[in-house]
Order: sequence, then C-alpha cells, then structure tokens
Amino acid sequence: MGAAYLGETYWRRLIVFYIPMFMFLAAMLFPFYWMTVTSVKADAELYNAKAIPFLVFDFTLDHWIYLFRETLYIRWALNTLFIATVSTAISLFAGTLAGYSLARLRFPGSSTFGISIFVTYLVPPTLLFIPLAGVVSDLRLYDSPWALILTYPTFLVPFSTWLLMGYFRTIPREMEECARIDGATRLQAFVKVVLPLGLPGLISAGIFSFTLSWNEFLYALVFISSPEQKTIPVGVVSELIKGDVFFWGSLMAGALFGSVPVAIVYSFFVEHYVSGITGAVKG
Amino acid sequence: MARVKLTDVVKIYGNDEVVHGITIDIPHNEFLVLVGPSGCGKSTTLRMIAGLEVIDRGTVEIGDRVVNDTAPKDRDIAMVFQNYALYPHMTVYENMAFGLKLRKYPKAEITQRVAEAANILGISELMERRPKALSGGQRQRVAMGRAIVRKPQVFLFDEPLSNLDAKLRVQMRTEIKKLHQKVATTIVYVTHDQVEAMTLADRIVVLNDGYIEQIGDPMTLYEQPVNKFVASFIGSPAMNFIPGRVVAANGGEALAFRVDDRVSLPIPAASRERYAPLRDKEALLGIRPEHIADGAEGAPATIQATVSVVEPMGSDTMVFFDFKGVEITARVSPHAGARPGERLRFVLDMEKIHLIDPSTDKVL
Repeated sequence: MGAAYLGETYWRRLIVFYIPMFMFLAAMLFPFYWMTVTSVKADAELYNAKAIPFLVFDFTLDHWIYLFRETLYIRWALNTLFIATVSTAISLFAGTLAGYSLARLRFPGSSTFGISIFVTYLVPPTLLFIPLAGVVSDLRLYDSPWALILTYPTFLVPFSTWLLMGYFRTIPREMEECARIDGATRLQAFVKVVLPLGLPGLISAGIFSFTLSWNEFLYALVFISSPEQKTIPVGVVSELIKGDVFFWGSLMAGALFGSVPVAIVYSFFVEHYVSGITGAVKG
Repeated sequence: MARVKLTDVVKIYGNDEVVHGITIDIPHNEFLVLVGPSGCGKSTTLRMIAGLEVIDRGTVEIGDRVVNDTAPKDRDIAMVFQNYALYPHMTVYENMAFGLKLRKYPKAEITQRVAEAANILGISELMERRPKALSGGQRQRVAMGRAIVRKPQVFLFDEPLSNLDAKLRVQMRTEIKKLHQKVATTIVYVTHDQVEAMTLADRIVVLNDGYIEQIGDPMTLYEQPVNKFVASFIGSPAMNFIPGRVVAANGGEALAFRVDDRVSLPIPAASRERYAPLRDKEALLGIRPEHIADGAEGAPATIQATVSVVEPMGSDTMVFFDFKGVEITARVSPHAGARPGERLRFVLDMEKIHLIDPSTDKVL
C-alpha cells in the first residue's frame, strides 16, 4: 500500500463524490447567494448591464431599510408566522389522531375513510379555491387570517395523516400492547409510548406543514385583500411589484428574509432529533 | 389463587374460525406450554388470555373471574413478548417501573420492587442503560424483569426465546425454569420448539390447526402420544413411520408387523390385545430413533439397510438410511463406526413401538 494507491483512492473520491457534491451544493445554495447579493447592491449597479452580477461593488442597505420601513413587511412576517404555526398545530393534531387510528384501529369503514382522506389531497388547490372562496365569505372569514388557518388544513391534514400513518405503522404493535398490559389505557399507551417513538414522524410532518403554510400563495392571494393582513409571499409580490416596476433589491431582501426561518427550522430540528432516535425503535 | 380456565374458546377472523373451542384448565402455579407448528393458534389463544384479541365465543377465567370483557390492564397479568417490546426511549429502570408508575405505586415501593427483580435476574448493574445498549440476552432479562415487578397472577410468554442464538436459548431456558421455582406463579408459555416445551413444562398442550391434539405432562406425551401428529411433533429427531400390515404369526396367536415379504417384525405378547383390532389391516409403525440401535445378528426384530448419512453429535450418532422408500433415523452408539454406503443391521425395540391406524391417524 504505497502512496500511489492512497493517491488513487483520494482522486477517485474527489471525482466521484466531492466534485459532484460541491456542484450540487453550489446549485442549491446559489439562489440564497443571489438573493443576498442582489439585496445589498445599489440600484445603479443592479441595473447596469455591464456590471458583474455575482459581485457587489456598490454596497447598500437601502433596500433592506425600504423593506422594513416603507412596507408592512414586519406585519406580513408576523402574519405568516402566526398562520403557519396555528395551521401546523391543527394539522399535526388532526394528522396524529387520524394517522394513529388508520394505522392501528380496525373499525368499520376505516379503509374507505382512509382512501377518502387521500383523495381529497388529490384535488388541486387551483381548482378548490373557487368553491372555498364561497365558503370563506359565507363564514365571514374573508380578509382575516382565519380564512387561511381554516383552509390550509385541507391540504395539510391529508399529507400529515399519510406521513404519520406510515410512521406509526413502523412502531411495533407489541410495544403498545405491552403498555396496555402493564396498566395503560389505549390513550395512555398512545401518549407515553407511541408519541415519544413517533417524534421523528411528528417533526417531519410539522416541518412540511410549516413550510407548506409559510410558502402558500394562492389561497393567501384570493382570501386576503387588505395590506395589513397579507402574508409574506403575497405582500412581497403585491407591494414590491408596482405595475411593471420590480423593486428587485427589496424583493430579494424580502424573499431572503422570508426563507430564513424555514431554513433554520429544517436544520435545527432535523439534526437534533432524527439522528438520535432512528434505529432504536425495534428494541 | 391464580387459576386460568379456558372453556370452549373460539376465535374467528373474518369468515375463518382459527381456534375451535379450546378448553384448558390450568391450576395455580402450573407451567403450561402451548406448542404447535406455525399457524396453529397458540399465539392467538395466548393473546385472548391477555385481552389483546377479542374472544368470539367461550370464556376465559383468571382466578375465578370471567375476564372476557376486562381490559388487559385489569386482568392482573404480565406478558413477555418475542421481540421483548422494551420501550426504547426509557432506561432499564424506567422500563421496569413503567407499570408500577401507571398504577400509582409509591416511589419507595417501586424502587424496592425493581431492585428485587433486578437481583433475581442479575441485571442490577444495567439500570441506567437504554435497550439499544443491551445484548439480546440482557434485553430478554429486562423484559422478564418488567413482568416480575408487577407480581401478577399469571405470566404469559409469547415465544420469548425465538430471537436468541442457540446457546443463549439453552441458557435462558434454565433461567426461566429457575424463575418459575423462585416466583410461584401460573405461567402460560407459547413456543413452536418442542424441546423448549418438553424441558420447561409441567403440562403441554399440543395444538394443530386450532384444535387441541393432546394435553399431558412431557413424559406422557413422549411415551403415549394419542395420534400421529403428536407422535411426530414431540421428540427430536422425529419419530419414524414405517408403513406395513399387521398379520397373524406363528400359528395365529401372535401378531407381527409385516413390512414386506422379507421383513416381518414380531409384536411383543404384552401388546397383542392392544393391537388386535388392527389384525389384517394396514398400519403405520411409529418408532423413535432412540429405539433403533445398531445390533447383532439373532435379535428378534432387525432390519438391514445401507447407511446414507451419518451425523455425529458427540454423545450419540444419528444414522439415516432408506428403508422401503421411507427415510429412517436411528440413534447408534458413537463407536459403531457407521459410514455412508455401509450396510448395517438395526435392531428395533418392539416394546416401544406405536402402531397407528392410517384411516384415523390415531395411535392404538
């Protein structure tokens, strides 16, 4: 095993692994870089066709200041946070209970019920928003965050149920049975044994629900009209694009700031919980 | 008194009846083993006793109480599962204390009971570990510990040793037997391994296809199986079955088992009356490998055959040979020098045969 052999493996790893991974990372992270660079570049340089687009020479914070001072961005951020959090909570609650029931309990009509939940997921929001708009206005929820909080579960709950049902199925039945023999009611067994073991599934469902709610555009556009009630995706587009004028600097600042919470949620939760618990369920 | 009584218990899945009217009476402190091939209904029966399956017909009584509609947690039972079912997110201590905590036992008592059980099983130094840091044998012990602390009326074991390697299985078998001696409780134990059943049980229930084939203590099942299924299931290696005919011999009084024109095995005088109903009828001769030995010329019941496979086990040597289209196993002494291809003479102990009526599969 001489140096030549070691060098060969190193080169192979470089070509087969490191370079493709680097290219992949570059492609994935490039949008963030682009948003950052654009948001701190002065308009003069931004619209200068001869300037290098990937570098900043004329640094400015004007776009950020404009975003936070002249628009209702902070309000939109708080709206989006509130709506996403409550929708996620609702979908997790319903999804956990539905997922568990479908995974574990045998009751008449359970398979029909399960199928119908998934079928509703197949109906696209682009079709559903029309009748939903009618429902929203009949319930007098138009232009309130509750219009979104109560309509987002239509696509969040089926997905969460499906994910959690699959996850609960991987938890060995014997564990709950053992808990029930040890002295737990079904509910106690669920709370003390199934939920702790299902935590990675819950986190996954939670992350997906939060992300889907945070980035949702169509319903937020249709059911909300006044600027103070808007969410980030809709607000940024409606207030920062006036006619055919695009406030690119602030747009990018708004988009970047809007994507940071989701990125943080992903990186924090995934690292913390999933790695520790997987592999120990089949004790 | 923790007597367990099953009366005509039936289990139906959809349109299939899988357990057909099982009746077993288990007195207090008996170690009862339910044994049978896969799919015979033994685990289903155990789960009905535990309350994890609905009892479709019949009753299950634990300690003189009918428990058909009682929740598992109120039946005062504890169960050890095949996959141990330890809670992976809890330490060994928390696993063992779980049941007691749920029933709101005072903390001091929980600590004391857990320590006691841990002592009996030799796992006291593992208290702070998580299940994934334990070996298979240790996990099994923790699972048993979790059952012991509850001091239930009945212990239920569902194939607890199936996941262990052979050596560990033998070790844990002895531990379970010792446990039964130390902690006097009724045990219902399910296994597909008849060796486990024989070594552990006070009484064995042999199940097949949802029916009870025979109930009895190990030696009775070994020496007096009532039908072909029990005869072939109990005992390892399995009993040999030689087809033939019961005929009159020596002028009419005696009986012999005629395999073919050349081989006729005399039936002992003591069994004459017993096998008289089979006279002139086809029958199966059941004989265990340990009752066929290598022998000398002149013995009354001998057959000659060519050895096909030799399996030395150390204490004995198993010899396989083909006889009239049936593969026979015989246990010979290790120094008989048997080799494949060699022609040997085998002596059958006719006192130990079991004649089976092929139309009913019952042993006479």
